[in-house]
Amino acid sequence: MSTREAEEAGRPQGYPQRGDPGGAKPHPAPTPTSQPYWDGLAQGELRVQRCDACGSWVHYPRHRCPVCLSDRLTWHPVAPDGTVYTFTVARRPTAPPFADEVPQVIAVVELDVGVRMTTTLVGIDPADVRVGMRVTGVFDPGGDGPALLRFRPS
Amino acid sequence: MAQGLRGDAVVAGFVERRAERRFTGTPRLGLEQWADLAADVLADAGIAPHEVDGLCCGGDPGESSMFVPATIAEYCGWKLSFAERVDLGGASPVGMVWRAAAAIELGACEVVVCAASMQPRPAPPRPQPVDARVSFGASSNAWGSPQAEFDIPYGNLGQNCGYAMYAERYHDQFGWDERSRAKIVADQRVSACANPDAVWFGHPVTVDDVLASPMIADPLHMLEIVMPCNGGAALVVTTAERARHLRHRPVAITGFGEYLTHKTPTYAPDLTTTPVGPAAKRAFAMAGITPADVDMVELYDCYSITVMLSIEDSGFCGKGEGMAFVRDHDLSYRGDFPCNTHGGQLGFGQAGLAGGMSQVVEAVRQVQGRAGDRQLARHDIAYVSGTGGIMSEQAALVLRGL
Repeated sequence: MSTREAEEAGRPQGYPQRGDPGGAKPHPAPTPTSQPYWDGLAQGELRVQRCDACGSWVHYPRHRCPVCLSDRLTWHPVAPDGTVYTFTVARRPTAPPFADEVPQVIAVVELDVGVRMTTTLVGIDPADVRVGMRVTGVFDPGGDGPALLRFRPS
Repeated sequence: MAQGLRGDAVVAGFVERRAERRFTGTPRLGLEQWADLAADVLADAGIAPHEVDGLCCGGDPGESSMFVPATIAEYCGWKLSFAERVDLGGASPVGMVWRAAAAIELGACEVVVCAASMQPRPAPPRPQPVDARVSFGASSNAWGSPQAEFDIPYGNLGQNCGYAMYAERYHDQFGWDERSRAKIVADQRVSACANPDAVWFGHPVTVDDVLASPMIADPLHMLEIVMPCNGGAALVVTTAERARHLRHRPVAITGFGEYLTHKTPTYAPDLTTTPVGPAAKRAFAMAGITPADVDMVELYDCYSITVMLSIEDSGFCGKGEGMAFVRDHDLSYRGDFPCNTHGGQLGFGQAGLAGGMSQVVEAVRQVQGRAGDRQLARHDIAYVSGTGGIMSEQAALVLRGL
C-alpha cells in the first residue's frame, strides 16, 4: 500500500481528491464556440452573445440560445458593469490551487444586460461586500492562462 | 383520471450500514458492497434473491463507469426486466424509488433492489489515473464542460461555496437570522443522539456551538456542513400484493415529483426559489394530500440552508417564513415538526449517495414502526426530499403505510 493509499484507507471513498495536488491553477480552455469570448477578454473587451431570434442575452457562450434554441447567436461588446447577485467568502480554499487567494470572495455578478457570471471580487475588504452592490470589471491578464474577468466596486 | 402512481408499489424492506468516519470493516470492491447490501435487504424483506427482476443504481460501483446495471446483474446472478442508473447526485435515491415504483406499476418488473454504497475498497495494485471529469469533485473539469471554462478558474467549485451563495442571497432577501439555521442543526442532533448508528451519536450541540464553529464559506459554519463518512444503504421495492405476505408493514409510494433547472447556481433561474417546489407540488397532488397531512418530513440536508429552503419550497410554510417556522417548532423526533428523525445527514453522516438514501430509509423505518427509541407515535405518512448538485436537481416522495 502506497503512502497515499494508506492515508486514504480510513477515509470515505469516492470523494475525489480536489484538483492538482501540486497547486497549479486550473485555466479555462476555450472551445470553438467560446473562443470570441476569450479573445475579447484578452483585448480588454467583454463580449456577450445575443439571440437574433428572441433577443435574449446569453452567457456562458453557447451554440444555441437557452431560451428558444435558435442558433442565431451574435457577439456584442457590452459594458462590464453590474451588481453582485450573491457571493461567499471562502475561508478555506475550495481546492488547493486557490489557497493563495483565501479569503477569496467568490461572487455571481449580474451584468446590466441581465446575464449572470461567476467571478471573484477584488479591491474590497470581504467584510464590506453586499448583495446588490455595484461593481465593474477588472481585466486580469491571467498569467500563464487566458485573461479572466474579475470585478471591483464601482 | 388522475395521472401518476396508484400506490400499488411499496417499499418492503431496507438495510443501512452504520455511518463511520473511520471504517472498521473489511474493504470490499464496489460490486461486492452492492451484493452485500442486496443480500441483506432481501433478507430483511423476506424475498428470495432469484425473485429480483429489477435494479436501480447511482454513480458507479468503482469498477465500472459504463454498463453499470448489467455489470451488477451479472455479478449478482440476476435476470432483469428493468434496470436504471440514476444520475441525480444526492437526489438519486429518491429518483430510484419512484422509478422503481413506476416500473412496477407499469408491469415491467416486480422486485427492484435500489442500493448505494460508499465504503473503502481494497487498495489497487497500481495508482488509478486521475479523471478530469471528477478531479474537482462534482464540478467537471473536462474540456468543454461549462464549469471547467467559466466557474472552476475562479474557484467556484465543489459544494460549500455554492450552498453558501444560496444562503447569502436568501438572508439578504428575507433577513439575517443565523440562529434559525443553527437551530436546524441542533434539533437534528437531538435525533442523532437517539440513533446509535449516527456518526454524531453521543455528541449533542447547541445553537451557540454551531455558530462558534469555524466559518468555512460565509455564512456557513463547519457544523452546518455535512460530514463525509463511510456507509451504505438499500431498499427493495415490490408490489403491494406480494408485500402483503412479507415480514414488514408495506410502505406505499403514493406520490413523487422531480425538477431540474441548472447545474451551477450562477445559472439558476432564481437562487431563493428552489426546484423542490414543483417536485413537492406534484408529489402531494399525486398522493392526494397536503403538507399538513404528513406525520414526518425527511428532508435532504447536505447543509442547514438546504433544509430551510426545502421547508419553505415544499410548502410547510410561506416563502421567507422558514426562519420563523424553525424558531417556532421543535424539529427533533420529540417535537411538533419531526424533521430528519435519524439526525439527518448533518447528524447521521453522509456516505455518498447512501446519504440521500438515509432519508428514504428513515421514512420507511418510521412508517414500519422500526425506529426504536426515536419511534414517532404517529407514523403513517412521510414526505421525503432529495437534493442533487447545488440544489440544482431535486426530487420528492410521499410514502404511506398500508
